[in-house]
Amino acid sequence: MKILINFFEKVGYSITSRINRLGMATRLFFLIIISSGESFRRFHLTMKEIYFTGVMSLVIIIVSAFFVGMVLGLQGYYTLQKYGSSEAIGVLVALALVRELGPVVTALLFAGRAGTAITAEIGLMKATEQLSAMEMMAVNPVGRIIAPRFWAGVIAMPILASIFSMVGILGGYVVAVIVIGVDEGAFWSQMQANVDFRYDIVNGVIKSLVFGVACTIIALFEGFDAPPTAEGVSRATTRTVVTSSLVILGLDFILTSFMLGG
Amino acid sequence: MDKIKLDAWVGIFVAIGVISLLGLAMKVGNLTSNDIRETYSVIAHFENIGGLKPRAPIKAAGVVVGRVKSIVFDTKAYHAVVKIDIDKRYAFPKDTFANIYTAGLLGEQYVGLEAGGDMNNLAEGDRITQTQDAVVLEKLISQFLYSKASEEE
Repeated sequence: MKILINFFEKVGYSITSRINRLGMATRLFFLIIISSGESFRRFHLTMKEIYFTGVMSLVIIIVSAFFVGMVLGLQGYYTLQKYGSSEAIGVLVALALVRELGPVVTALLFAGRAGTAITAEIGLMKATEQLSAMEMMAVNPVGRIIAPRFWAGVIAMPILASIFSMVGILGGYVVAVIVIGVDEGAFWSQMQANVDFRYDIVNGVIKSLVFGVACTIIALFEGFDAPPTAEGVSRATTRTVVTSSLVILGLDFILTSFMLGG
Repeated sequence: MDKIKLDAWVGIFVAIGVISLLGLAMKVGNLTSNDIRETYSVIAHFENIGGLKPRAPIKAAGVVVGRVKSIVFDTKAYHAVVKIDIDKRYAFPKDTFANIYTAGLLGEQYVGLEAGGDMNNLAEGDRITQTQDAVVLEKLISQFLYSKASEEE
């Protein structure tokens, strides 16, 4: 009997603590929105964060996009060739990248590259009591430290996703047209005929915006919530990657079903 | 000095992003190819629309001249009412023929317009009276089988 009660207590605790954390993250989100005036008034703060989260992620984004595009080109060609429609390779590469892979893979890479950095930085700031020191000096740490990082992530993500899609399509072009020898005119014209600006490209940008908000909020909250020890910061960094990846994939399904249904 | 360099990098970053988005819109998407801005809408009644969907292309001589706006079922006459948006640049006579065709063997369905000889042109809200339904494969096969069976008697 005692074991049973213990078991239910454990289950209940894990559920309530998760909901509690979700509520705290939501409160942090509203706090950021309220105190984000400073991150636009003193835009160089946000600018610096865009440099760290956006510009420094460019290399990994471009390289992985190029390889993803090339693999799509190769795999797509070998399958489409069986049905005698290898000219449709352009459509396949473009739609796969613009609709799904561009936003999702960018967000996953972003969570690994920038999200972890944000969590570790803020967690360490908290552990070394820099945030408390700021509060002592009557500087709002949310407005000064958290909000610029949030807006930088939200601004950088759609830009990175667009770059990812474009570079990926160029990678597909290199493999399909230059290496394999699919007709260049058919590659681009089929793509243009089947990719819709409003329904494919704009929806992809909306997706990446949502992922940007989710990713940065998770990274910021985990950093802010981390126990002020070396172990706590390392655990929070791991949690950032795990939670962000799961949330991105889950949100992707929800957003896609809304976009295709609507 | 350091701040200027940082600003420059962020500027380059945003510029690359805008260029890729423009590239996606222009080179990959259909923003440039068929920009149908001003349209007039006409309706056409079909007994059977097959697999026609909203936003399917309207083609005349193979050129895309418009899009299907909406498809509703008329409960009084029991047929489909298809609303069609046609680009203002293209005028069609009042007795234009509207057919539902299939692009290729398994392709999407579209509405093909064949111009008639009437002096007056279709205007906003007009109805295309001469229509031909989509070909339903099952009907075709059953007709074929019946005619085969009657031949053998």
